[in-house]
Amino acid sequence: MDISFSAEDLAFRDEVRAFFAKEFDADAAKQLSGVQGEGYKAAIVNWQKKLHAKGWIAPGWPTQYGGSGWSATQKFIYETERGTAGVPDVVPFGLKMVAPVIFTFGTEEQKARFLPRILSSDDWWCQGYSEPGAGSDLAALSTTAEYAGDNYLVNGAKIWTTFAQYADWIFCLVRTTKDMRKQQGISFLLIDMKTPGITVKPIVTIDGKHSLNEVHFENVLVPRDNLIGEQDKGWTYAKALLAHERTGMAEVADSKRMLRTLKQRATEEVNGGEAMINDPVFQMRLSDIEMELMALEYTELRVFASMAGGGMPGPESSLLKIKGTEISQAIHELQLQLAGSYGGALQAVQGDLSGDELGHDYAGEARSKYMYGRAATIYGGSNEVQRNVIAKAVLGL
Amino acid sequence: MNFEFSEEQTMIKDSVARFVRDEYDIDTRRKIINSEEGISRDFWNTFAELGWLSVPFAEEYGGFGGTVEDLAAVMEELGKGIVVEPYVSTVVMFGGLLAASNNSALKGAIIPTVIDGSCMGSFAFAERQSRYELADVASTAVAADGGYRLDGEKTVVINGGSADKFIVSARTSGGQFDHQGVSLFMVDARADGVSIKSYKTMDGQRAATVTLANVVVAEDQLLNAVGEGMDLVDQVMPSMLMALSAEALGIMATLNSITVDYSKTRQQFGSPIGSFQVLQHRMVDTFMACEQAKSMLYRSLCQANECAADASLDKGELLKSVHALKATMAKAGKQIGEEAIQLHGGIGLTDELNIGHFVKRLMTINVTLGDRDFHQKKFNQLSYSSL
Repeated sequence: MDISFSAEDLAFRDEVRAFFAKEFDADAAKQLSGVQGEGYKAAIVNWQKKLHAKGWIAPGWPTQYGGSGWSATQKFIYETERGTAGVPDVVPFGLKMVAPVIFTFGTEEQKARFLPRILSSDDWWCQGYSEPGAGSDLAALSTTAEYAGDNYLVNGAKIWTTFAQYADWIFCLVRTTKDMRKQQGISFLLIDMKTPGITVKPIVTIDGKHSLNEVHFENVLVPRDNLIGEQDKGWTYAKALLAHERTGMAEVADSKRMLRTLKQRATEEVNGGEAMINDPVFQMRLSDIEMELMALEYTELRVFASMAGGGMPGPESSLLKIKGTEISQAIHELQLQLAGSYGGALQAVQGDLSGDELGHDYAGEARSKYMYGRAATIYGGSNEVQRNVIAKAVLGL
Repeated sequence: MNFEFSEEQTMIKDSVARFVRDEYDIDTRRKIINSEEGISRDFWNTFAELGWLSVPFAEEYGGFGGTVEDLAAVMEELGKGIVVEPYVSTVVMFGGLLAASNNSALKGAIIPTVIDGSCMGSFAFAERQSRYELADVASTAVAADGGYRLDGEKTVVINGGSADKFIVSARTSGGQFDHQGVSLFMVDARADGVSIKSYKTMDGQRAATVTLANVVVAEDQLLNAVGEGMDLVDQVMPSMLMALSAEALGIMATLNSITVDYSKTRQQFGSPIGSFQVLQHRMVDTFMACEQAKSMLYRSLCQANECAADASLDKGELLKSVHALKATMAKAGKQIGEEAIQLHGGIGLTDELNIGHFVKRLMTINVTLGDRDFHQKKFNQLSYSSL
């Protein structure tokens, strides 16, 4: 057993490290820090164009469509360095979600039309899966698309649509045939957000911010050319996409960075004159998390090693999402606890209070991360659904 | 990067697995633990013939020249059979200290007898008051007649009743808790002044209280320099903890697989209980706990390999990892053991079923060389006190 990398891989790691050190400066970090609102979209697009220029925007794509051509090891190294440096992941809906469906199941025309603009971040995509009546039970969706002439007539609503307010396109699962078994009769449609009949309603989340939306479709005409693959076979394509989505959800490098920050802050927060990092109870809470993360780091390495060796990820891969999200939530929770009574501070009644005026610099961020962080165990297949998957696929129950 | 066992390791692993499967069922084990000595000398000779007793020893002494990873490969499989023969005490602990000692005459004399199965050994470190602090040594060794005279009482000496030799920690200088001043002596079990009171432990194994009264030991029976015994203990401790953890891993994986299988056949309310979601999720949680525990073991093994390859490397990260490993094994072992009993229902409480025996071994491993809280506290000190 060993975890060494080859000299070539280490050289690649140094290149990635140097690139992030140079390009991801304090300004870029601030703009991309998740402070949403004016300028946020431009900051993301700007950053992604930089990655595109470098040729690093699409590690998961085949090279013929503009993929990076990296080995599994290079992808792993890149992700680790990205998380370590605190560089946010690319917005996944175009690059990681719809693009694999298009290059796997789309026509040549669709590939030529959509992939270059996804690659260059000129088109912003959002995901139209969940519905008010179909969350974890995705196949219960009821948005309809009736085939009429050369168009589909779409009616219904999607919900929890992240960044729909910025999006140029939405990829949707819609019901094209009603009298079939639940997973059948579903089709995969690409819809231009500028099409008449689409309205976007913001959903403000418990962190007080707006990234989620409802998207309503009222007699929206979608050209037949925007159908992926065959009608009524959309579930198959969506499932392939979910498999894409699940790999790399442990986010170990991100959690390690957050834990480092947490420990640093715990040396500065005091109680009764003693730094919190020296408080025995706090230490136990900290090490409960840190030890789980140390194990998860190696679980992730085990999964990666089996994939780099050309094998399929073993049963250990299925727990990455569950453990990864549980750990990140635990870190957010302890961070909020560390902020003490400032953990409840929300916002100034009049204007913005600086950290200095408030008396605390990270309490707001900690609160916001804790609150929105609750989403991590819900999205991407809730952790309960993930447990169902492991029970069936791994334990054979 | 690679997390597979080598071909050689797989061979020895398979050989242990075959033994456990073909020759060590729960009834055989029951007969052994109820026998007078509580172990099978015949099986011990089999272990010697198969080369398992030679793993940690250098080739110059006739050993296998194995690493801690080799030891872990054997221990994981022994765990699956909750084998009671004294592999941990003789090979891992006694053998580990001997192999790392710089007394080559002593090594040349004793290692071959361990390898051929004729010498069983135990590490006698604990005392009534010492709990898990190995440096808390009140037993004394006073220089006398070109040797030492040992006095004191050593407690919970694993397999002490079967041991031919003990490695005994005794204080040659310093205060009761000082790291310096503890010396390690090779003591013959039949030496004058040594008395041994053996008893059963909950895991079907045996331990003993070993009393030393005016026991005379020659100077050449010191394992390392006088007063520096704890350095040797510290050097070998990571391997001991990894080997015990590997055994625990084998046990946990076995408990999980027995429980999942049972849930597929046990019918209640007209369905196999494994079809109930609440039980499925609990079994997924124990599966995840076991995978995470395995990752923690692999983390320590990888770091130990790195340290073995380059003696100049700082061992701080390895130490943190092994403390985290032992704490993780304790936490996961408790969860997996208790869930195995719960999911079996009433039958899980019976002595007849194997479940409880696996659980009791996990509980004993937890209190061997430091429990969860002890190791988590050590981890905290190493990780946070310097920040």
